[in-house]
Amino acid sequence: MTARKAGHGLKMALPWAAAGAVLIFWGASRLWPEFSFGERVGRSALSFFLEMAGILPAMFILVGLFEVWVPRVTIERFLGREAGWKAVPWLIVLATLQAGPLYGAFPVAVGLARKGCSARNVFIYLGAFSSLKIPLLAFEVGFLGWQFSLARVLISLPAFIFVGVLVDRLVPGWAPPEFPAPGGAAHDQKPDLIGRRGLEKDRLFNPSQGNEDKS
Amino acid sequence: MKGLIFVTIGALLLSLVADRRRTWAGIGFGARMLMKILPALVFMVAAVGLLLSALNPRVLESLFGGAGPVPFLAGLAVGAVALIPGFIAFPLAGVLRAHGVSTAVLAAFVTSLLMVGVVTLPLEIRFFGRKAALWRNLLSLAAAAAVALVMAVVLQ
Repeated sequence: MTARKAGHGLKMALPWAAAGAVLIFWGASRLWPEFSFGERVGRSALSFFLEMAGILPAMFILVGLFEVWVPRVTIERFLGREAGWKAVPWLIVLATLQAGPLYGAFPVAVGLARKGCSARNVFIYLGAFSSLKIPLLAFEVGFLGWQFSLARVLISLPAFIFVGVLVDRLVPGWAPPEFPAPGGAAHDQKPDLIGRRGLEKDRLFNPSQGNEDKS
Repeated sequence: MKGLIFVTIGALLLSLVADRRRTWAGIGFGARMLMKILPALVFMVAAVGLLLSALNPRVLESLFGGAGPVPFLAGLAVGAVALIPGFIAFPLAGVLRAHGVSTAVLAAFVTSLLMVGVVTLPLEIRFFGRKAALWRNLLSLAAAAAVALVMAVVLQ
């Protein structure tokens, strides 16, 4: 119990310790200019932070809007367990159209899973996102040639589908970790998320009220 | 990146016009998700700062040069650990090829860079759970090795 607690504390402290190390390296390079490693550490951490700050807020807003607007049945029909292999082209289209690094796809994948996208398809989506992105292909063709890109895409395609299938088999009953649903519990059924206008409409067209009026 | 922000602003405005309460609920959901993964993000920024500074093109060239299995494995390992955006990684790979790094090693580096993320693993665990995240990365590493080997044969 205590060992577990200590391990948990260590895990909580690690990110901040790593951030502290970056700051110390950077500070040292300010004091001693010949220590250029510290300056490089600071510079690459800052540029990576800026990259994330440019992508993640927008990504999370989109995932939040997806959560409240997209009906569960749609995702279930196209990407759920029943969709079978017909889901794969949809997953690839979805993945290739998005830009940005793989960690930007994590919240999207969880958002899809929350709406009934099957585990296998979640991991195939991540695979497609990591290896076949159209904006990146242009770069790859430019610097490594179209033969390299074409071979990589064609050989990666079965490979990441296979990885998705295997992860699904190896982690039976996979479900995304809990994130608090908007407006409390199961919002799909909760009327308070339909919005004030929706609620008023409900009251206006409430059959029980209509009956009362008649009697 | 500009496209993403453009699309987000458009979707946000559309959603606000359609239903303001629902929109705020969605934004709140996204914000809580972001808060939950914040420590993993801090770790990622720090790790990228430390790792990317240790790896520069000269170090990579000495690791990847030559023949045999060692540069190939080095390509896989560096690709798995590094987190380099594509618009830097592909020009870098182009430079490495110009300096005589073989196609097999480049393929190993590029595929494992794209498919495997050791630095992002804490983040991935937050989103998908420990077991699934570890398996996905392990299997993707094996897949990257297989893809690179087939590429090396095909592009010979």
